[in-house]
Amino acid sequence: MIYLEVCITFFTIGLFSIGGGLATLPLLQEAVERYQWLTNQEFVDMIAISQSTPGPIGINMATYVGFNTGGILGALLATFSIILPSFIIIIIIAHFFMKFNEQPLVRSAFMGLRPAVTALIAAACFEVVKVSLVHIEQYVETQELLQLFDIKAIVLFLVLFITMNKIRKHPIVYIIIAAVIGGIFQF
Amino acid sequence: MKEVWDLFITFFRIGLFTFGGGYAMLPLIQKEVVESKKWATEQEVLDIYAIGQSTPGLIAVNTSTFLGYKRKGILGAAASTLGIVTPSLIIIMLIATGLSYLLDYAIVKHMLAGIRVAVVALVLNAVIRMWKSSVKDWIGIIIFAVTFIAVTLFNFSMILVVACAIVLGMAIYLRKVKEQNQ
Repeated sequence: MIYLEVCITFFTIGLFSIGGGLATLPLLQEAVERYQWLTNQEFVDMIAISQSTPGPIGINMATYVGFNTGGILGALLATFSIILPSFIIIIIIAHFFMKFNEQPLVRSAFMGLRPAVTALIAAACFEVVKVSLVHIEQYVETQELLQLFDIKAIVLFLVLFITMNKIRKHPIVYIIIAAVIGGIFQF
Repeated sequence: MKEVWDLFITFFRIGLFTFGGGYAMLPLIQKEVVESKKWATEQEVLDIYAIGQSTPGLIAVNTSTFLGYKRKGILGAAASTLGIVTPSLIIIMLIATGLSYLLDYAIVKHMLAGIRVAVVALVLNAVIRMWKSSVKDWIGIIIFAVTFIAVTLFNFSMILVVACAIVLGMAIYLRKVKEQNQ
């Protein structure tokens, strides 16, 4: 019975959340409260863990909640249920998109959409800047401009950004280097 | 069959090193899918990501499914989708079985903070590349600027922004595209 609840819940979340992992939160919270799968504290911990571990946040949350309620089978069912709606929808869209992408109406729509999506990605990047390169809370407390900037992080950012434009190594290389530097210099 | 396996492995690697939301996978997709494997062009990836963002479900999964389907049909879509979710499944289950204390170690927190800095640099780099293939004229610059401000400062809903951009694109560019076709 609990497996059926997990399947239906995550299928619904996959079907009705548009805009990435954190857009699933309201639906997920509602289900978690209704079925009493997690306490409030566990829910907050679950989000923190999903954001800091690798992989898409939405998948991490589904796996975590599924595992907590129904073990390995629960984790697998939750994850497959959340991806099933988009799997079907995307295959249908991909099928037609590959047929109609040369149509003037579709081409002109994408010419307007591309700059907007680039801006959405830039905005997502800006959100990470706010938690990684600057300390807004410390600045609000102390009102000292020097407190606003995380100097260590900004130096690492500049070095990485300049290097990756000169030497085009695999992104994984820079992620590992940054992890090591973060560990050594206590970011 | 070899290509299907290749899709699985490639997206497994992308899933393993994506720290953050769907946007964080873009630098990896550019490297793996556009540069190394040449499964799609820069602009196709942007278009597919745009579709992934405007359709139900998780952006990272939608983008992977689409790229897999484009390469090898339904089997390819299944392989890339499984690839992107498998690292999460393994890592989260390990953590949920009692390894969550690892995340409380100071060293792990410092490393994750370092990784976030790398993600900013990598995604900014990806945005600059995308800008080059997406912003072609001053109308593009305006759409970019208005979208960025609407989302960061005024918390506009993404769906609204995307819908406006589509309508604007059709209104402004349709005639031009038709003229080009003739």
